Amino acid sequence: MLNKGLKTLLLGAAAGLALSGAASAGTLTIESWRNDDAQIWKDKIIPAFQAKHPDITIEFTPTAPKEYNAALNAKLEGGTAGDIITCRPFDASLELFTKGHLAPVNELASMANFSDVAKSAWTTDDGKTTFCVPMASVIHGFIYNKDIFKELGIEEPKTEEEFFAVLEKIKANGTYVPLVLGTNDQWEAATMGFQNIGPNYWKGEEGRKALIDGTGKLTDPAYVSTFATLAKWSPYMGEGFKAQTYPDSQNLFGLGKGAIYAAGSWDISTFRGQNVNMGAFKPPVPAGTTDCYISDHTDIGIGMNAKTKNAADAKVFLDWIGSEEFANILGNELPGFFPLSNAKVQLKDDVAQTFVNWRGECKSTIRNSYQILSRGTPNLENEMWNVSAQVINGAMTPEAAAAQLQDGLKKWYPPQQK
Amino acid sequence: MPQGTYLRLLVFFLGPALVLYSVFSIYPLLATILNSLYSHQKDGSFLWNGLGNFHTLLFDPTWSEPFWNALKNNFVFFLIHMLVQNPVGLMLAALLSLPRLRFRATYRTLIFMPTMLSVVVIGFAWQLILSPLWGIAKMFLQTFGLGFLFAPWLGEESSALITVSLISVWQFVGIPMILIYTALLAIPDELIDAATVDGLNQFQAFFWVKLPLIWPTIGLVSVLTFVNNFNAFDLIYAMKGALAGPNFATDIMGTLFYRTFFGNQLQLGDPSMGSTIATMMFLIILIGIMVYLFLVQRRIQRYSF
Repeated sequence: MLNKGLKTLLLGAAAGLALSGAASAGTLTIESWRNDDAQIWKDKIIPAFQAKHPDITIEFTPTAPKEYNAALNAKLEGGTAGDIITCRPFDASLELFTKGHLAPVNELASMANFSDVAKSAWTTDDGKTTFCVPMASVIHGFIYNKDIFKELGIEEPKTEEEFFAVLEKIKANGTYVPLVLGTNDQWEAATMGFQNIGPNYWKGEEGRKALIDGTGKLTDPAYVSTFATLAKWSPYMGEGFKAQTYPDSQNLFGLGKGAIYAAGSWDISTFRGQNVNMGAFKPPVPAGTTDCYISDHTDIGIGMNAKTKNAADAKVFLDWIGSEEFANILGNELPGFFPLSNAKVQLKDDVAQTFVNWRGECKSTIRNSYQILSRGTPNLENEMWNVSAQVINGAMTPEAAAAQLQDGLKKWYPPQQK
Repeated sequence: MPQGTYLRLLVFFLGPALVLYSVFSIYPLLATILNSLYSHQKDGSFLWNGLGNFHTLLFDPTWSEPFWNALKNNFVFFLIHMLVQNPVGLMLAALLSLPRLRFRATYRTLIFMPTMLSVVVIGFAWQLILSPLWGIAKMFLQTFGLGFLFAPWLGEESSALITVSLISVWQFVGIPMILIYTALLAIPDELIDAATVDGLNQFQAFFWVKLPLIWPTIGLVSVLTFVNNFNAFDLIYAMKGALAGPNFATDIMGTLFYRTFFGNQLQLGDPSMGSTIATMMFLIILIGIMVYLFLVQRRIQRYSF
């Protein structure tokens, strides 16, 4: 039986966690899903911290990303979780705070280094209590292959019109896939498509907040136009993009077979590994608009287990996470993850620097489904994955997609029912 | 035997199995059913909700549409296994039991091999085979001038479910084959000899002598297929993710349960509704097995040699 299998699994996991136990006093244990970064924590971040605080020992103990939320919950319930908790953005962490697992961090001196947008992912709805120190964000845009652009004599597009002209030119040449994106995994369509180009249409924070207070609707022209633009992408995507997975997309661009890649900044390090000569341009602005907006999405925070025995040390550590020194290490060691603090950071990776420069040229916003709006059933984020993929597949009209999102949200979200 | 010794022996032999079965099967099952009667609150507590969750699941369109969709897909998934996997398994078993077959063990091993592979490996391998970008399926068809038949089958709403089902059939066809093959081996040679003497050829002997003798095994295979298919989850999760796209075309009860119980991306897990779906899965399988036991099993004739 399925039930049996699952419960056995959970029991086994719980037993394993109980055995591993909590670390001794004087040591801070960090819970995280970033097992990719374990080496960087061990070699760079922890030594840098200990150079200033030799009396505090830090242990970085990551879990696989897919299991992190479930494992962390089990550890917190069982009282065996580490002292420092890496925070997912928004509701997953808010739930931990409401259950009393995370301690408030308002009083930390370094919290002054963060803007309200940066803190929004880890702040209660009333805006009073922040429970995680913002650590890193990811930015959306387009990464392109410089060699291909040079070969075909094309420039970075600035407007949507130029963008489609460029795609047309690459398509006419016939050697390369003009736009690399697949719809098999669905989230690519929503995250690298809809949330990537959308902020230019709904004017970033303005549109996002209007949805939350109920003055804006997902059926507004801004959202329908975003979908309409997405629908125009499919002729330029790889053959059989409907069955193209995310690793397929990464390989297609990484092997130099694709010209433009609808990106998240975290892909930079993947392509660095494949030695792609790449550049990046921000989401091209639609006709008739001058201001630009980018999705600068709060992705990783870091907080304190409310039941830690080492609260004093934990606070020292969290305060350091908010410092300029940490921002510099993070930005440079993990290209594509950008520190959220206001500290001036000089990045060595030129593509990462290009992404971060957009912060000065455009207004930042976060993905519009993340705050509050994905709390009900049907889940808005899931719905966005589904309809964005369908719109690009040509299985759904932009109007129908917008209507489905709005209907779903209206079912459970009171401000949208007025 | 004195009664004390008898009781001690009873505990000794039945005890371990009883304890293990209770702890790992009966308790979780009852706990799941109990869970489905509560409603999970935001602060982590549970409130008594009676049959409310079931009412929500069956009558609130937000829940019932995905539920009926998943159930329908699950029946399609099951039917494809019944129509393809089991007949092909039967055919392979019949071929394997031909008296003068060479390389019998090789065929048997090769066909059974995928059953033992990890689903993740199978999902990945087939995704590559069928990939429109790097897959060999397309080149293979083109070699025969049939390139126009190729489509991104795993990505089309109309073909995704059938494709995933057939991959699952490919993986598990070894099980009916082995079970039926074993049953065929158990048929005494005298019966076949007698049939041959009576003038039946190979085909007639199969249909008139062997097939009636293996009906109980085919019944068993069908029940196993039913239970496994309605508990299926892993292959679809590995190939299409928890949202089982496109547009939930490959969503079956297992993936719906997983999403609801454990959550997905921004969707937080809901243990109560998750348990409700798990309980429905249990009930569907229970009803299916009862139908089989009362309507089919009783009518099957068994022969002993």
